[in-house]
Formats: sequence, C-alpha cells, structure tokens
Amino acid sequence: MSAHAHVSQLPRTAHTGRVTQARVALSEWTKLHSLRSTRWSLLVGFLLTIALPVLFAAVTSSHWGSMSPHERADRHPLDIALAGVNLSQLAIAVLGVLVITGEYSTGMIRASFTAVPRRLPVLWAKTAVFGSVAFLLMVPPVLIAFFASQAILSRHHILQISFSHPGVARSVIGGAVYLMLVGIFALGIGAIVRNTAGGIAAFAGIFFVIPPLMNVLPTSWNNAISQYLPSEAGRQVFSLTHGDHSLSPWPGTALFVGYCALALAIAAVLLVRRDT
Amino acid sequence: MIEAHDLTKDYGDKRAVDGLSFSVRPGIVTGFLGPNGSGKSTTMRLILELDAPTRGEVTVNGKHYREHAAPLHEVGALLEARSVHTGRSAYNHLLALAQTHGIPRRRVEELIDLVGLHDVARKRAGQFSLGMGQRLGIASALLGDPSTVMLDEPVNGLDPEGIRWMRNLLKGLAAEGRTVFVSSHLMSEMALTADHLVVIGRGRKIADTSTKEFLSQASGNVVRVRSPQAAELERLIAGPNVTVTVLQPGLLEVHGLTSAQIGDAAAAGGVALHELTPKEASLEEAFMDLTREDVEFKAAELEDEEAAA
Repeated sequence: MSAHAHVSQLPRTAHTGRVTQARVALSEWTKLHSLRSTRWSLLVGFLLTIALPVLFAAVTSSHWGSMSPHERADRHPLDIALAGVNLSQLAIAVLGVLVITGEYSTGMIRASFTAVPRRLPVLWAKTAVFGSVAFLLMVPPVLIAFFASQAILSRHHILQISFSHPGVARSVIGGAVYLMLVGIFALGIGAIVRNTAGGIAAFAGIFFVIPPLMNVLPTSWNNAISQYLPSEAGRQVFSLTHGDHSLSPWPGTALFVGYCALALAIAAVLLVRRDT
Repeated sequence: MIEAHDLTKDYGDKRAVDGLSFSVRPGIVTGFLGPNGSGKSTTMRLILELDAPTRGEVTVNGKHYREHAAPLHEVGALLEARSVHTGRSAYNHLLALAQTHGIPRRRVEELIDLVGLHDVARKRAGQFSLGMGQRLGIASALLGDPSTVMLDEPVNGLDPEGIRWMRNLLKGLAAEGRTVFVSSHLMSEMALTADHLVVIGRGRKIADTSTKEFLSQASGNVVRVRSPQAAELERLIAGPNVTVTVLQPGLLEVHGLTSAQIGDAAAAGGVALHELTPKEASLEEAFMDLTREDVEFKAAELEDEEAAA
C-alpha cells in the first residue's frame, strides 16, 4: 500500500474549546427541540391548558339558568380559567421524565457523558433549559385561557373577575410557574429512576395516588399532613383562595421548590456515583 | 496515550476485568483482541469513566478522562452499544455533541461528508441500518479531532467497501501520530490493521506484543512433510518433544521440530522428501490457541451453573 493511502481524510481543526455550563445548555437546547416527543408533549400541554377552561366556561354559561344557588356559589371564575393546568401537568411531567430517561433507554446517555464526563453540567443544563421552555411556553396558554373563559362568561356578572384584582395575575401566571416546577420535579424523578415507565409511575404515585390516600387518615392528621405534600404545596401558587388547612401561595411554592431541589440533589449524587 | 494499571471491574459477583495493565502508544494502531464477553467493552467504558473501576486506574494522555477540560479533543470513542437517541437526526445528534465544546457547525458538516452520511443526515437515527449507525458513531468519535481514537468493534455491520475505508482511516489516523485503540474479536481484521496487539480472555491479559511477533510465536514449529517413505521418516525424527500426525498416507504434520531439523534428519537417513513446508498459523489460529483455555473454562463454568440451577 502506498504511503498516500495512509493519510486519513479527517480534516484537522484548530478548534480547542473546553466544556462550559453555557455550552452544555446550548447542547441541551438542541437535544430538546430536535425530538418529536418534545414538540408533541408541549403542543398537547399548550392545547389542554386552553381547551379545558373554554369547555368548562361554555358549559357553565349555557347551564347557568338551570343551576341551583348552591351550584352557582361553587363556581369560581379562576378555577374555571385554570382547570386546564390540572390536565396539562401530565403532559409536562411525562416530558420532564422523558428528557432524561429517553437518553437512558436509547443509550444516548453514554454519548452525553462521554462529551461531558463530569456529568452534573448535563443535569443542570437539562433542568434550566427544560424549565425555561416549559415556563415560557405555558405563559401564553394560561393567559389565553383566562381571557377566553372570561369572555365566554361575560353575560354573568358574578363570574367576572378583573386581571388586576388582587391575586389574580399571580394565580394566572402561577399556573405556568406550577407547570414549570412540575416538569422540573418530574425530571428529577426521571434522573433518579432512569426508566421512563418507572419515572412516570413514580410521578403519578406522588401526585395522584398519595393525596387521595390521605383521606383514609383521621381528619386531624389529614389536615395536618396533606398541605405539605408536593402536589398540595405546589398548587397554592395558582389558587386564589386558601383554606384553613393549606399553605399560603409563597410558602407553598417555596416548599414545592424545596421538593424539586431535593429530587435534583438525590439525582445529582446518584448521577455522579452510578455506572452508566 | 492510554495507560491502564491493575484495572479491575466487578459487576456483582462477576469479575469482568481482572488486573489489566497495558499502555497504548501513539503513532500505531493497537488492536484490542478477545473473544466476545472477554471484557473489551467494559475496559473501554472504564477508560471513558462511564463505569468506575473496582480497583486500579486508567489515564488518557496523562489524566483521568473526567479531568480533561475538553474531553472530545482528547479521546474520540465509538462504543459497541449504540449511543444515539433514535428519535434525533444524525445532524442534530452531532451538533448537540459539538456544542458542548463550542465546535462549529462547519465541523459537523465536514464529518457528515467524511463518513458518507450526507444524504441521510436529516433522517432520524432510529431508521439507520447497522452500517449507517456505525458511520454516525465514527463521525461522533472524530468530531473533536482527538489525539486518541478508541473504537469498539468498528467494522461491525460495515460492507466490504466500508471495512476497507475503515482500515485506511485507522492507519491514516495512526500515521498522523494519534493513538489508535481498536477492539475486535476478528483476528483476520486485526492482522491487516493492527501493529500491536493487547489480547485478553476472561478479563485478563494474555498477550501484549507486536502483531508480527504474536503471529510467529503462535505458529510454533509446525511443518508439513510429504514423503514416499513416511513411516521411515517418522521413526527417524521421533523424540520426546515431537508429535507426528499422519494427515493421509505419505503426508505428515510435525510439531516440535523446525523444517531444517527434519530436512537434515531425512538426508542423514537417506529418506526422500517431496514436500517440506513450515506452516504459519493464521492469526485466527494463534488467537484460538491462546484463548482456548479461557473459552473452555468458561464453557465448563456455564455447564456447572446450569447443573446447579
């Protein structure tokens, strides 16, 4: 074989960039927007956040005449406007889990950790990028849901509430804050469990199974404990009214942020220690 | 440059890599040889610190892999297990890896052209054939223009043209002064590509030698002799360390003597020879000889396990 054949065709590059947190974040942005599952989950989250309030508002408006005073008193305009958040949180949580477990199920995680062997920058970047995207994409639908449901209910003065009314803007934007935090919490769970089905099951268990189980406890225990559950603490940020046995908006949010931080801290410790 | 010292890895009760010490030098292609399941892939994962060793350590270019500020410029790796998200296009996969080091898009495009994936770069990697997936893996490995290239079974799934391309690429990379470490269970492929061999079986090092030496050692003294007086010759060369196999009437295979010794003995005894051929073992045979014990041991172990179950 001639010497000529022994020269690789690999073009050289003078580039010698080091790994930085900002670069890893850019990489995670590319990973996030280049997958169909991301686009679908976010689209479903976006649409559900709007569709459910619009539907509830339409039904409430058309049945208002035949409702009992008791039923009417039970309808709160902000509950209607933010009803979609309860459903779209599922789409956001599933995506949060997938952001990390999708890498484990496909083997991509090996490529990611070969490029960033210190690993933690990957976790922080995923959290920051996915959290930001979830928040920014969920602000428009909660606003649309609020104003659309108010427009549909415009014939019923008792169901009108101003955006400038104390707590309303906080609750509406709080819907997007809640969805962002749910996504981050789910991402932390996914990083701990490393398996899509397991991650979604763990999230569903914490958010949808444990809370109703609390009703089995004596009322005094239930009242004392339930308010500190992640789901209960978290929802205070998009609730206008607060019962005797629930936290106020900001302490509740702070506690939910704490749960997110705890999930991410456990994930971080495991991420560095475990084999891939 | 890769330096492993007493590298050991246990998975539960199973010891996958056992006290492995070796170094891989720049400027040549070093083959990493062993039967399937002998610990080659595990060793490579340990080098990249995807897995933590139970004992011992390994460094790349003088540092633990994790300590490098720009790992992709130090080591380019292709692992045997697929390391690509099936839902992402080849272009976006490479771009995401490149961005962690601030490597420009132009470089991504260069690599896609180099490995011949231009036409499918926007397709989802999940739809790739084995060969295309392999080419994508090689593009990822070379993205950072690394000084050390480490490839696990790189010719898997490549067509003959792809294999030839890979062979030239590896030699070219080594000729440029890079460290090239390539694993394979195919001896024939290594004979054509590798200058040096690290051979392992059951996680232990069996040989660490140049390919040339490995071949000549392994061929031993096997000589094929054809003679009309075969029985007479057999008597003449008989000795304590000599075994003679009769392949067919008049054709012998002699272990333990050189062709010169047999020729001299025949001349002294007045026996006519029609053929006297020193037989060089193929790398394949040499490898089988070396690892036979390990493979047999493993098979016996498996039977024991089955019996116990």
